[in-house]
Amino acid sequence: MPRWPWLILGVLLALAVVSGLAAGPISLGPADLLRALLGGPSAEGQAAMVVWSLRLPRLAAALLVGAALSAAGTSYQAMFRNPLVSPDILGASAGAGMGAALAILFGLPTLGIQAAAFAGGLAAVGLVTLVAGRVRRHDPVLVLVLAGIAIGTLFSAGISLAKVLADPTVQLPSITFWLLGGLSAATPGDVARAAPLVAAGLLPLLLLRHRVDLLTLSDEEAEALGEDVPRLRLTLIVAATLVTGASVAIAGIVGWVGLVVPHAARLLVGPRFARSLPAAVLLGAAFVAIADTLARSAAAIELPLGILTALVGAPAFLWLLARGGRSS
Amino acid sequence: MTLLEARSLSFGYHGVPVGEGVDLVLAGGEIVCLLGPNGGGKTTLFRTLLGVLPPIAGEVRVAGRPLAGWSRRERARLLGWVPQAHAGLFAFTVEDVVLMGRTARRGRFAAPSRRDHDAARSAMERLGIGRLAPRVYTQISGGERQLALVARALAQEAGVLILDEPTASLDFGNQLRVLSEVRRLRDDGIGILMSTHQPEHALEVADRIALLEAGRLVAQGPPRETATPERLARLYAADLAAVAARLAPAGGRP
Repeated sequence: MPRWPWLILGVLLALAVVSGLAAGPISLGPADLLRALLGGPSAEGQAAMVVWSLRLPRLAAALLVGAALSAAGTSYQAMFRNPLVSPDILGASAGAGMGAALAILFGLPTLGIQAAAFAGGLAAVGLVTLVAGRVRRHDPVLVLVLAGIAIGTLFSAGISLAKVLADPTVQLPSITFWLLGGLSAATPGDVARAAPLVAAGLLPLLLLRHRVDLLTLSDEEAEALGEDVPRLRLTLIVAATLVTGASVAIAGIVGWVGLVVPHAARLLVGPRFARSLPAAVLLGAAFVAIADTLARSAAAIELPLGILTALVGAPAFLWLLARGGRSS
Repeated sequence: MTLLEARSLSFGYHGVPVGEGVDLVLAGGEIVCLLGPNGGGKTTLFRTLLGVLPPIAGEVRVAGRPLAGWSRRERARLLGWVPQAHAGLFAFTVEDVVLMGRTARRGRFAAPSRRDHDAARSAMERLGIGRLAPRVYTQISGGERQLALVARALAQEAGVLILDEPTASLDFGNQLRVLSEVRRLRDDGIGILMSTHQPEHALEVADRIALLEAGRLVAQGPPRETATPERLARLYAADLAAVAARLAPAGGRP
């Protein structure tokens, strides 16, 4: 296996980090940036303040969100034997959106909104697996997808209802903005709360990385090869839901990352999960970090991150499709 | 030594039997061929013998112990399965696919080891597909895919191989290659249970033939005595004269 894809990913991530710290309304040169970083968070001066309390937490949140969504997408695409699924397939985003909308409706503080979003995502996926587990006569993967669509629709209806009931001057814009996704309000506390959850979800994915490929075979084939398919599948769902929920809680719904990045990762390093997972994590982190840097510095106003990822993601996806998708 | 045994086995889906009362024994170093028309229950029987489908009634024993008494991993070290070739979805290389056969032979979290790679490599060499190792599984021909799946089962190093119509999608040369490989595996002491739609293949390689009609074993025993033109004509609802003409005369090679 050649090393160049990893080199590309490493360089891209480094670029994302440096540009994320340097670019913005207050542009920092290499010397300023280095001095601010070395000076520590308590140093005097504008550069230190900008780097340590604004850009670093936001960059960390972006890296976290990109890594999380891409890992979840890579897992789900293998598990559902379908390169067109995204982390939302089991209703995680709709559930999180409804949790957040309800929390905004009840006037909860930011922490409450995040907790409600996380809980909503978990609840939606939990409901889907519960319902799917009771259906025995059909292909379990198909049942999961269909249950995911149905429950996702229910939760989306709930979001719409919350919007109708919301106070149109304060609550409605805040719900809409949350659903668009963005990191403009990211704080060090957000990162500190989301990071352990993302780590807890990534760990089983990394540990099981050499077995996940079996899920791309039919259930019977994987079972005959010695794999406990239902258990592996459930482990993957729990892990992917944890990382997705944590990401949605701090960033809202950031679309397209979990769909496009796994494709690009497979193009770079091939379909084996043991390689495509780490590649997707690196690429996703870089992608969201760069998108977020653009979101806050490309225009006079801050663009919602979700719009930007869709603007880049959808054409990239079409290009991958047109290319013939050798590795997808 | 008996490796695989079915006793008054009823099999099917969700409690609805596809077949009933199957008694079948497979020892190491023998080839048993299963003949029967489409929809006769061959694949369902195989799934039940492999333990991926629970029996409705009766029992499957592997190496003397009930199938349910073995863990999945133990089972996969005893029984290897070659399904009918599928198209595949992700662009795995042939070597990746064959390596999946080593799943039950390594730790839960372990990467494929040197030994796993060696086993995969030698399984491919054995079938003459070593040159396909770096090729993409979704881009090779149906016959090459079938050989890759046979190699995967060989890499599994199981004592029993269950092959579901292994020659169905192969050209003439590859059919001969698979059949002669099946014979060599038998000579190495592996027990082989295979289904085929070509009775002449069964007559050529089998030590015993079993005829499955509508989910029941209507006959089993030595090839020439079991797969008679009369029985085959009835089994496949075909013209007796045509069947007799297709089957080579006793002693002749098809």
